[in-house]
Amino acid sequence: MLQGLAFYLLAATAVVSGLLVVTARNPVHSVLWLILAFFSSAGLFVLMGAEFLAMLLVVVYVGAVAVLFLFVVMMLDVDFVRLREGYARYLPLGGIVAGILLAEMIMVSMAVVQGGAAREATGPAAAAADASNIETIGRVLYTDYVYFFQAAGIVLLIAMIGAIVLTLRHKPGVKRQDVSRQVGRDAKTAMEVKSVQTGVGVTPEELR
Amino acid sequence: MDITLQHYLAVGAMLFTIGVFGIFVNRKNVIIILMSVELILLAVNINFVAFSTYLNDVAGQVMAMFILTVAAAEAAVGLAVLVTFFRNRGDIAVDDASVMKG
Repeated sequence: MLQGLAFYLLAATAVVSGLLVVTARNPVHSVLWLILAFFSSAGLFVLMGAEFLAMLLVVVYVGAVAVLFLFVVMMLDVDFVRLREGYARYLPLGGIVAGILLAEMIMVSMAVVQGGAAREATGPAAAAADASNIETIGRVLYTDYVYFFQAAGIVLLIAMIGAIVLTLRHKPGVKRQDVSRQVGRDAKTAMEVKSVQTGVGVTPEELR
Repeated sequence: MDITLQHYLAVGAMLFTIGVFGIFVNRKNVIIILMSVELILLAVNINFVAFSTYLNDVAGQVMAMFILTVAAAEAAVGLAVLVTFFRNRGDIAVDDASVMKG
């Protein structure tokens, strides 16, 4: 009973806030609704017994991705009203496509549960007494899926390098440290002895 | 009120549909499009985890974790591209992004 109530509450919150993400006028509000959608989905994960993924969702999505979105939305000075042009024009088409898609997916999921691969679906597995959810995941993640794990690490590394390369910008007027020049200099190139005529002196150009 | 697999699949389907709908109606705003993609990936994750619990197979949760990784990487690179695009053009309207048209 209580589980059903929690499910309907979390599911309704997730769906409504998801809808508000795409319909909100202000993108900052969109990001905040996105955070709420992620949070309620994390609640759904907890209901399903996937505690580790739920916490991961909160930490990675709410803590990193959504805040990144928030930074970008607030940092860019964009006229968001102009970007909403064409909203009403695409609304009917989007609604029709979304309705068909939803009907198809609900039908497929009903069919799958009744006669497909998930026929033997019994219900949420009772948590094994000897292993927690995180331990169960860890046992297969580092054995059966170790290559996938490494690949995920490489994906993250490349994404990090890509993001840095894309946003790094060298301003022309700023003096920067050049390590190879510093290491490569020695007494011969660093110093030059000039003979200066007495009573004449040197001009700044000659000192260069 | 017994919560079955269908219930979770329905939630996933709705979130997926909302994501697709968001891409349709916000065709100019890249930020909202990226958020819609995040919603779609979240729906996929819900499906994975639902099947994982109801079929007693933890592989679904591992796959959901990898999807989470890819989604985070995608958001980082997407927003970096967005920031660079904004720097170069002073606007983020995607329908103007045709400078690379051959």
